Amino acid sequence: MADSDIKALTEALPGEDFETTAFTTPPPLAEATVAIVTTASLHHPDQDDFAVSDTGFRVLDDARRDYVTGHWSPNFDGSGFAADMNVVFPAHRLDELEERGVIGRVADRHLAYAGNQFDLSGVRLDSGPAGARLMRDDGVDVVLLTPV
Amino acid sequence: MSVLAHVFEAAGIATVALGSIRRQIESTAPPRGLWCDFPLGRPLGRPGDAEFQHRVLDAAFGLLDADGPVLAEFDESIPDDGADTLACPLPPRHDPDAHPAVDEARGLRAAYDRGVAATGGRFGAGRVVAADDIPAAIEAFVRIAEGTPWKEAGIPGQPMRVSHDIRSYYETAALALVDHTPAAWASTRWFLDQTEGGRVMLAARRTMQDQGAPQPMWFYLTPGDR
Repeated sequence: MADSDIKALTEALPGEDFETTAFTTPPPLAEATVAIVTTASLHHPDQDDFAVSDTGFRVLDDARRDYVTGHWSPNFDGSGFAADMNVVFPAHRLDELEERGVIGRVADRHLAYAGNQFDLSGVRLDSGPAGARLMRDDGVDVVLLTPV
Repeated sequence: MSVLAHVFEAAGIATVALGSIRRQIESTAPPRGLWCDFPLGRPLGRPGDAEFQHRVLDAAFGLLDADGPVLAEFDESIPDDGADTLACPLPPRHDPDAHPAVDEARGLRAAYDRGVAATGGRFGAGRVVAADDIPAAIEAFVRIAEGTPWKEAGIPGQPMRVSHDIRSYYETAALALVDHTPAAWASTRWFLDQTEGGRVMLAARRTMQDQGAPQPMWFYLTPGDR
């Protein structure tokens, strides 16, 4: 069993087609509010776990760092995240970038989705736009997207 | 994930997407993508290595300077050749009347508790099967491996979910039994290849396939290539 064998199983899965590629020019990074949006199915322990075909999202409080994974796929290594959450969700690294003035500020809230979806229409039409609105209302300028 | 990149950009938020699978990030074409040839589950590369993680973030945020869609490749790979298996002690046989996998799981309980305390439970074990009930869950898969029809074996939940909790229980225990962060997949290979519990799950998976169980019921009991 090697990582490349697992990737080979999933790399050919069809993705969503977008006729045009939206592109937003952000403010300078040193002035930007930055959030993390992960598809690692993270949630706080007191939030609902992710269902297998869950296209919703969970709001992650930046002030809490008690994130647990709610991913159901067996096709990723979980020991790295268990040992250091930053390898999936680099909250401490963003704190350090804020302290150095590299980024303007870390957002108060982040988002987590479940990445193991075969039907992405719910994400594209519903939960994706809803999450984007929430981030925009929080003043987020830049989102770092991390898989698992 | 690239769907979210497209949706968020359309809503006026700039995005940078990390991707671990080259063909996937190429085909889904997020507005700004950084392909990092790292093992699945470790999109920032190396746990416990803040300097390396910052290098990844520097490369990712550097794409914000592009004036149009861009896909870049991180300049360092972290290969996994499938050979690195965690060297982790296993409990001695305690109850000769119990199946070896059940006895083993019971013997790992203290290590599991220490692992949860050390990792904050981030592994996500105990989601459908509490730690106290892991040995009984393994017994259900033992029955399948020995020929009981999978629907009659008493699996305490959806097989994939129960299997997830069994594997997470073992790998959480393993993290408490070693003094370092394992290489990617090393604790999974330890579970599947070195433990009685892993052998049971592999055998039950083969048996469920032979019994004609629906593909999702057996396929997701272990990583797909097993």
